[in-house]
Amino acid sequence: MQALTSRAKAVDRRPMTFVEKLYMWNILKGMMITLRHLFKKKATISYPEQKRPFSPVFRGLHILNRDEEGRERCTACGLCALACPAEAITMEAAERLPGEEHLYREEKYAAKYEINMLRCIFCGLCEEACPKDAVYLSETFAPSNYQRKGFIYGKQDLLIPNPKENPGEYWKAVGNRKANKEQSN
Amino acid sequence: MHSALLAIDLFLVIEKLVLIVGIVSISLVIAMYETYAERKVAAFIQDRRGPNRAGPFGILQPLADGLKLFMKEEIIPNTSNRFLFILGPCLAMLAAMMTSAVIPWGGTLNVFGREVNLQIADINIGILYVFGVVSMGVYGIMIGGWASNNKFSLMAALRGASQVISYELPMGLSLIALLMLTGSLKMSEIVGQQLDSWYNVLYQPLGFFIFLVCAFAECNRTPFDLPEAENELNFGYHQEYSSMKLGFYLFAEYINMFISSVVMVTLFWGGYDIPFINDTSLSGMGNWLVLLQGLSLFIKVAIFIFVFMWVRWTIPRFRYDQLMNLGWKGLIPLSLVNMVVTAAIVLLKANGWKF
Repeated sequence: MQALTSRAKAVDRRPMTFVEKLYMWNILKGMMITLRHLFKKKATISYPEQKRPFSPVFRGLHILNRDEEGRERCTACGLCALACPAEAITMEAAERLPGEEHLYREEKYAAKYEINMLRCIFCGLCEEACPKDAVYLSETFAPSNYQRKGFIYGKQDLLIPNPKENPGEYWKAVGNRKANKEQSN
Repeated sequence: MHSALLAIDLFLVIEKLVLIVGIVSISLVIAMYETYAERKVAAFIQDRRGPNRAGPFGILQPLADGLKLFMKEEIIPNTSNRFLFILGPCLAMLAAMMTSAVIPWGGTLNVFGREVNLQIADINIGILYVFGVVSMGVYGIMIGGWASNNKFSLMAALRGASQVISYELPMGLSLIALLMLTGSLKMSEIVGQQLDSWYNVLYQPLGFFIFLVCAFAECNRTPFDLPEAENELNFGYHQEYSSMKLGFYLFAEYINMFISSVVMVTLFWGGYDIPFINDTSLSGMGNWLVLLQGLSLFIKVAIFIFVFMWVRWTIPRFRYDQLMNLGWKGLIPLSLVNMVVTAAIVLLKANGWKF
């Protein structure tokens, strides 16, 4: 029969010699291989202490942004929900009352803003759709949870800390991705 | 005469009790840390890190494992023989622990003017006693497998019994060659002869090698772990066991490994002799020398335990017929040849090298 490729090799079917039957040489070779592996560098990253750096284009959990004075930027226009291909975003709008100007930047704001992290595909279209720079994706991913409803993130989970009251936390939450993006703009 | 027999040396009793408690607890702790070492060695050979969460470098891992085994639900199958089911792990553990009685762990310690021999029982048939107790260990496997009333367990028990019996033959034969050289069955004397001359492994390299392979088989360790072949017998003879009864089986395996390493070191590698150093020249050190010798014994044992693990994570399991072929057609003829050649040389030497 003609071989299908030029690389084909005939199987050696000679009966084993006495020395081969003792398996000693091959066992020794195998032991040397495992001994070498003992001293090899491990590929493992010890996760909680040591984290693998994210790619600069990594898209993780959403953040609802505030402006420099700590006011929510979102005006509940619904463009993000419209852009969302997975239909993960729902929101309810409310009108800003007099005396709430320090809380909300525009006259309309989102009273309820929910993202279902199980539905979300982290495509980042909401970020692109937002005209007010109010929603963007950070570098963290959704942590595990015991219940499905735990993955529906409300406003209290998404909102960034107030830059005026809590600047340290604010800059931590801004993250590298946003900072890099603003630098390139 | 009666009064002489009844006059029990109270200090001797206390001394032996302390020794027994000490050696049993040392072997238990070593067995515990063998499980840890096994996981670490396996991990490193497979380019992983191994347990490193419980305590620094994971050194508390064996405690966590033990606690887990204790907390598990104890299940005794309905159709099993209850008495034998409990007897199985007890026997395995008992046989594993009993061997350590005749091992010379070091020289003679001087405690408050009293000579304390670091050997629980210096009996004149020491090595025969080891063989007797080790072959009792197979009852643990057999009774456990039988009492589980489960086809897989029974099959594993049968395999274990036939394997241990087959490999005891070449083990004994390789030992006969050694005993012809030493002329004594007493463990302390075998070590004593090696203290001021070459180690026995230089006279009996083939015998040592056969003994090593048989020790792997006796301990049911991987190339020969047919009784507990996970993928063929789903865990073999301890399939029905849970909680600490399973723990005892696993523990007994590790103690067996420790004890067989100790026996190999004692018989072939000079026991507690410190290598490359003439121990008698250091006798001025007194008790410190004895402790150093004990330490050297444990270092040698640790090397052997590492070899056990290294082999386990390198070599795949033998098939049953290959196992029997190796035992009966490979090792027994080899050890017979070794025995005959050694006997001839011993005889020639006794005759002054005259034919």
